[in-house]
Amino acid sequence: MALPGESALASWGRAVPTSAEEGAPAPSAHVVRTEEDLLTVRHAVRAATVEVGFGLVDQTRVVTAASELARNAYVHGGGGTVTIEYPRRPGARGLRLVVKDDGPGIADLDAALTDGFTTGSGLGHGLGGARRLMDEFTVQTGPGEGTVVTATRWTAR
Amino acid sequence: MRVSTSEAAVRERLTRALRERDAEIADRWVELQLEQALLGTDISEAELREEADALIDALVPGLESGAPVDRVVTSNSGLQEAVVRLSMRRARGGATPTVTSLAVLALKEALLKAVQRETRDAEELFASAVFINRLLDVAGALSFETYVEGREEIIRRQSQQLMELSTPVVRLWRQVLAVPLIGTLDTARTQVVMENLLQAIQDHEALVAIVDITGVPTVDTAVAQHLMQTVNAVRLMGADCVISGVRPSIAQTIAQLGIDLSAILTRATLADALAAAIKLIDGPGPDGDDGEGR
Repeated sequence: MALPGESALASWGRAVPTSAEEGAPAPSAHVVRTEEDLLTVRHAVRAATVEVGFGLVDQTRVVTAASELARNAYVHGGGGTVTIEYPRRPGARGLRLVVKDDGPGIADLDAALTDGFTTGSGLGHGLGGARRLMDEFTVQTGPGEGTVVTATRWTAR
Repeated sequence: MRVSTSEAAVRERLTRALRERDAEIADRWVELQLEQALLGTDISEAELREEADALIDALVPGLESGAPVDRVVTSNSGLQEAVVRLSMRRARGGATPTVTSLAVLALKEALLKAVQRETRDAEELFASAVFINRLLDVAGALSFETYVEGREEIIRRQSQQLMELSTPVVRLWRQVLAVPLIGTLDTARTQVVMENLLQAIQDHEALVAIVDITGVPTVDTAVAQHLMQTVNAVRLMGADCVISGVRPSIAQTIAQLGIDLSAILTRATLADALAAAIKLIDGPGPDGDDGEGR
């Protein structure tokens, strides 16, 4: 049963459309706690890329980037969340990944983005590679502050 | 009339009811389950009756053991086994966990009905109802737990089976093996693939192993790293490794990620990889033959 407040909010949302076009899917959040969760994230992101209308190459790029970022959150951040958003801008649809963890944060971001740099046993291409796979890429982090990576890919550039 | 609501008295009265009216209680319980459609499966009435007799028989020694009421079910092995067996049977039959625990909890009503035949005193009935509730709530919870455990066991077994099934090593040509990978390549899968492949290389005295990634939807740095580990291990065995099934989108993504696979022989299709493998084994060896006498 919906609470009165909720239904009011929902109808308000419908009555006053935001700048986004009609029918943008609602953002979805996915928890990353285990290696199996990475699989769930990849499936969700794959479905989202299809929903946005990306071609096969872009689908693969976005899913791969999501896999890298989610794995970073899992391995280095001790788990986190991946939120899939559907931003719009004139003439283009987008897919935005917000990957958040409450881990130790990244002490030297420039080094972390350098290919071959790794603090673990990986190849050290994850973060930099993910940046190259996406159109927009920002990292908010600091020692002890956790990490939030926001990465967006647009259908038209 | 002596009115006693002490726990010992309640327990004794319930034990007596179970002894004297066991058939009646079992009948009523089966009837309740049938009425409330709490089966979800086609368990026959005879099977239900059998379950009911087993559980009711086990309740008497359980109650007589003197364990605290909320630990009677879990501390008596016979009783616990009866609940577990019942729940397992329902789980396998496809009943939901809710329905299964509700079926166990329906025994409360049957028991209370039997006690009601013994006494009409409200105080005594109330005390008995509380006692029966505490006794059987544990059984309901145990039933739920068993159900979940049973399902998890099935899931564990299936994922294990899947891991074995999805990594077959096939012989494509004389001294050429192939592993068609399907799905994701995580650490555990890599280990299984590697073990199977290395063993097969030894068994078949293979010279080339083809790892086909057509069925791997995403190749990220972790997957690439696992592939490289596999290739390195194959090379240590003195064989060559070819990675096939590199689709255009995967090639582009790997390049953009900045992963250097140039040291590894890669091909777009399994057919190309087989051609390359045959060339490798037929290539000019030191004594010009086709590697027959390796």
